[in-house]
Amino acid sequence: MTEPVLSIRDLVVEFDTTDGVVHAVDGVSYDVHPGETMGVVGESGSGKSVTVMAALGLIQIPPGRIVNGEVLYKGRNILGLDEDELRKIRNKEIAMIFQDPMTSLNPVFKVGDQIAEALLVHDDKLTDDAARKRTVDLLEMVGVPNPDRRFDQYPHEYSGGMRQRAMIAMAMANQPSVLIADEPTTALDVTIQAQVLEVMKVAAEETGAGTVMITHDLGVVAEMADRVTVMYAGRVVESGTVDEIFHNPKHPYTLGLMMSLPRVTGEMQKLLPIPGNPPSVISLPPGCAFHPRCRMSEGRELCRTKVPELVEASPGHMSACHFPDEVAIEAKREASVTGLEV
Amino acid sequence: MVAEEKITYEDQGAAANGVVLSVKDLKMHFPIKEGLRRKTVGHVYAVDGVSFDVGHAETLGLVGESGCGKSTTARAVIRLLDPTDGEINFLGTDITRMSRKDLRPIRRDMQIVFQDPYASLNPRMTVREIVAEPLRIHGLYEDGGEDRVAELLRTVQLSPEHGNRFPHEFSGGQRQRIGIARALALNPTMLLLDEPVSALDVSIQAQVINLLQEIQGELDLSYLFIAHDLSVVRHISHRVGVMYLGHIVELGTREEIFENPTHPYTQALLSAVPIPDPRRREGRERIVLRGDVPNPANPPSGCVFRTRCWKAQDICAEEEPPLIEQFGHLSACHFAAPVEVISKSEAN
Repeated sequence: MTEPVLSIRDLVVEFDTTDGVVHAVDGVSYDVHPGETMGVVGESGSGKSVTVMAALGLIQIPPGRIVNGEVLYKGRNILGLDEDELRKIRNKEIAMIFQDPMTSLNPVFKVGDQIAEALLVHDDKLTDDAARKRTVDLLEMVGVPNPDRRFDQYPHEYSGGMRQRAMIAMAMANQPSVLIADEPTTALDVTIQAQVLEVMKVAAEETGAGTVMITHDLGVVAEMADRVTVMYAGRVVESGTVDEIFHNPKHPYTLGLMMSLPRVTGEMQKLLPIPGNPPSVISLPPGCAFHPRCRMSEGRELCRTKVPELVEASPGHMSACHFPDEVAIEAKREASVTGLEV
Repeated sequence: MVAEEKITYEDQGAAANGVVLSVKDLKMHFPIKEGLRRKTVGHVYAVDGVSFDVGHAETLGLVGESGCGKSTTARAVIRLLDPTDGEINFLGTDITRMSRKDLRPIRRDMQIVFQDPYASLNPRMTVREIVAEPLRIHGLYEDGGEDRVAELLRTVQLSPEHGNRFPHEFSGGQRQRIGIARALALNPTMLLLDEPVSALDVSIQAQVINLLQEIQGELDLSYLFIAHDLSVVRHISHRVGVMYLGHIVELGTREEIFENPTHPYTQALLSAVPIPDPRRREGRERIVLRGDVPNPANPPSGCVFRTRCWKAQDICAEEEPPLIEQFGHLSACHFAAPVEVISKSEAN
């Protein structure tokens, strides 16, 4: 396999709050290779967004604090670089696409000028005319109709889907090596989501970038990702190829998500929810953070006392469960309730 | 103790065929006002001729994208809005033009649960007060109200000890349970559920969906379930109506809608849903719609979907297609034809 273009190693991020220290990210590691899409899934508060925000120097310090870790971009640690150096890397080398395109576009500037600016900032020799031409090409590439006219419009004149396309155009502008998309389609209707996901695929192909797709939507992950990292309570609980994660999960949390998910295909006769609520990241349960909600941990001392490490359960498939091989048995048992064979 | 004055569904002649709620040609138009004198210059046709029935102990799902009028429909049905036109018949009574005062006893039988569990609970009231409020308003609290509140909290799988706490002490899923307990306080016949699980994480969403299904089984409730998530709608609904730009374009049992859709919009919608199974990635055909939803203040002539439809012909601009039975269920398309967009068998 090629060298990873982006590699997050043992990242630990904490926040000071009046209620105590929030352990938002607790030893997270994952790699992204050129041309592949890494899906990062987890529910709210799992730390999936904070991980990349911290990696790119986008969290406020204080109250935030990076306690440990490395973020290797093409082999070079970019964690702790000063703001000037980071700014050169962000957008040009590593571009981000956020959930809400209305708040990430400036409402008082023309959409086209904002994309052109991204080009001009990183290239002193580029003329305004050339920047406009390249921007119009980019808008066309992401499927904005009449790109030349759309160039001169303001964000409020764009619909939600069109705005997200403009954001993708902006992210692609400098041919980045890494695209980070944080819930890029969550605010969009399903038909528009389908269009934007298609555009994301085009963007990844055009740039050859490695993509990090952060989402809570398992459908989007199944559709887009090559490999998947599952996060829970600030930790990675499982990672592997998309097929392994969906068809041979080795962590009970991942299985629990599958069994909680209604299917448009109708295979799910009855949902089997994960009991209880996610833990507070201020005071995590001892041992495995998932054990209070885990059907497999009942009566098991080990789960309550020892934090499971993320280790290879089978080639290329990592799990942070003390009993990764029992997940398949549990899956069979749960299938008898839900009707869904994993 | 709550049931004395309740209109029960068995008493009602019109409801004898099992219909609890019957909506006919409902229209909800909002005036657009402009200028100093607030002159009406046009209308937003948010809901424009919607008809459906909800049966006893049945769930009707209304699904559609933002701005299609599904939430406005629910708000008009429970008379939070005054409908422009049409007829709403609930348990055999026409409530379309009923006064606020006359609506009071009706409201006992029809309750609504909102999407945002953070905005719909008063932050200054304890959970006990929130759940007791409907009982107090209807003068039913004195007689065993305390026990009733405890029972309601248990019904939604919260412990009665939670009653002394305030909404901010609860997670999103627990808040939604509180909202459901409040809606159940007066022993309603029907719940309008407006995106009740959209704000919740998957694992919590599943808990609330199961709870709603259990309560329905125990209390024989009818649900009007509004959502944009097609998977959730398929899971919970007995019958489904698909809405687009203020109209129901297709209506049938969930199997008919999901396995045999005949309206092009339903087909496009189903083809766009991401399926959580990477093995289905290949070979799936996606119907990509052009353009955006038209402005509901200026809807297209004839069929409202024609501007984005790949089947559109001249007749689609000239004649509005009626919602009529075609291929076994209701569809509002001049060129309705069943297409299997999602098949079960593809898997594995």
